[in-house]
Amino acid sequence: MSIDQSTAAKVAKLARIKVEEDALPALAAEFNTILGFIEQLNEVDVEGVEPMVSVTPMRLKRRADGVTDGNQQAKVLSNAPDAREGFFAVPKVVE
Amino acid sequence: MSELNTLTLAQARDALRKGETTSVALTEACLAAIEGAGALNAFVHKTPEIALERAKAADARLHSGDAPKMCGLPIGIKDLFCTKGVPSQAASHILEGFKPEYESTVSQQLADAGAVMLGKLNMDEFAMGSSNETSCYGNAVNPWRRGNDDAALTPGGSSGGSAAAVAADLCLAATGTDTGGSIRQPAAFVGITGIKPTYGRCSRWGIVAFASSLDQAGPMTKDVRDAAIMLEAMCGHDPKDSTSADLAVPDFEAMLTGDIRGKVIGIPREYRMDGMPEEIEALWQQGTEMLRAAGAEIRDISLPHTKYALPTYYVIAPAEASSNLARYDGVRYGHRAKLAQGDGITEMYEKTRAEGFGHEVQRRVMVGTYVLSAGFYDAYYNRARKVRTLIKKDFEDVFAAGVDAILTPATPSAAFGLGEMAEADPVQMYLNDVFTVTVNLAGLPGVSVPAGLDKQGLPLGLQLIGRPWEEGDLLNTAYALEQAAGFVAKPGKWW
Repeated sequence: MSIDQSTAAKVAKLARIKVEEDALPALAAEFNTILGFIEQLNEVDVEGVEPMVSVTPMRLKRRADGVTDGNQQAKVLSNAPDAREGFFAVPKVVE
Repeated sequence: MSELNTLTLAQARDALRKGETTSVALTEACLAAIEGAGALNAFVHKTPEIALERAKAADARLHSGDAPKMCGLPIGIKDLFCTKGVPSQAASHILEGFKPEYESTVSQQLADAGAVMLGKLNMDEFAMGSSNETSCYGNAVNPWRRGNDDAALTPGGSSGGSAAAVAADLCLAATGTDTGGSIRQPAAFVGITGIKPTYGRCSRWGIVAFASSLDQAGPMTKDVRDAAIMLEAMCGHDPKDSTSADLAVPDFEAMLTGDIRGKVIGIPREYRMDGMPEEIEALWQQGTEMLRAAGAEIRDISLPHTKYALPTYYVIAPAEASSNLARYDGVRYGHRAKLAQGDGITEMYEKTRAEGFGHEVQRRVMVGTYVLSAGFYDAYYNRARKVRTLIKKDFEDVFAAGVDAILTPATPSAAFGLGEMAEADPVQMYLNDVFTVTVNLAGLPGVSVPAGLDKQGLPLGLQLIGRPWEEGDLLNTAYALEQAAGFVAKPGKWW
């Protein structure tokens, strides 16, 4: 599997990371190095093997479905780059 | 008494309890050492006011006879741990200015045990790296040098600042985190002890997530006894982390008898790598002989899927990272890019993440995005999860056959020079984790113990891997190895 520039651009877009056009060839080359390394996994016979879900077999704990927290608006917003009137502010989303 | 900052946790604890020193004196000695060690770039956010306030409180508790186990002991905290009101930015520009409104469970437990936080420690950005060179603060520097050569060496990574700080006696001990070897490799590079406990031993709550199924916190300390003391304070069930184990935490220090007679130590043949330096092979052999001399039975074992651990890791870790790091979008915390006229929310995400994430983080997020994308999910991600099952089964099989612990080298080389790997492709840097990454994939406890010096005078470590939840037994084997190896070398002070 070889990654070309347009695939690299598509991956960058999916990851929401801006990559300049002239950086794409180097990025594609790095992907190919890493994916080439990963291709070794194709040698392994995984027929009938379950994919790992949890490394330590444990039942996830349950808890009562009740409100345990809240009323922390100021704390929640305290690190926001732009918070206004008790909300996170972002650029216009809907035209 | 020797200089206070050079004490181990156990020595300082005992001195405090005998009234021979105070927490304030210990803390001031460490703060002075930190001030004098700017060249190591280990502490990146210093918190002397918090430290002295906690030290005074600790002295009062010691005085009143109400002192918890780590009362008054000054430590450093890796920048990956959220600490309330103190910058916690995972060595990334994208979290610049972030001051959490909450405290991670592990750092809270340490504070509850009386430990004194001196500040935050350098690391690779989001713990992605093996040399501390991906940090937004610039790299930390290894206090060790090759003989009289003044070339700066890496303290390893990702917990490079923690390693440098402990080795240079800037703090008595430090927290680390380990996703593929990030405690054990830097510990080996600077001649200290570092243990990654079983997955689920330490709560991950409040620790900036990299790869959630692999991340574990652990202590980085001057010796095995200190590792036992500090690990106990860090462990325990936390309702806020659904993967944290609801198991009793034993008194690990009390389990350090040094008696390993009859224990079965496995030597895995697959860890004998082509091109491995002869000195590391020799050290491994010596370690084997030391454990045999201490009464252990040595057994050759096979872990047949070992060679697939790194490629498996480099699917699973980036996949989980791409998901975990999606939260850094310039909305809730940290950096937001300056936008141009007409930029919408997508441009805000893309510019923010391009500016905020360093190169290695961007690369891993994108690799993770690719292996999880439609059409490739089965071929890469699901296949890697199946191979992970096989890697874990390798260990289960040898433990079922009676092996108590496994001895391997900790790293394939001694510390290398900063910048030496700049021209290497990313995969060459990944090879640093070849002996450690299997342990994360299998969720097992692993400890790195300094065991000797190479011919250039740099420390080398050996790794012991234990059965799940048996950190106490593992630390006891490490203690026996430590006693036999008698590693006492310290770096000469040049900084």
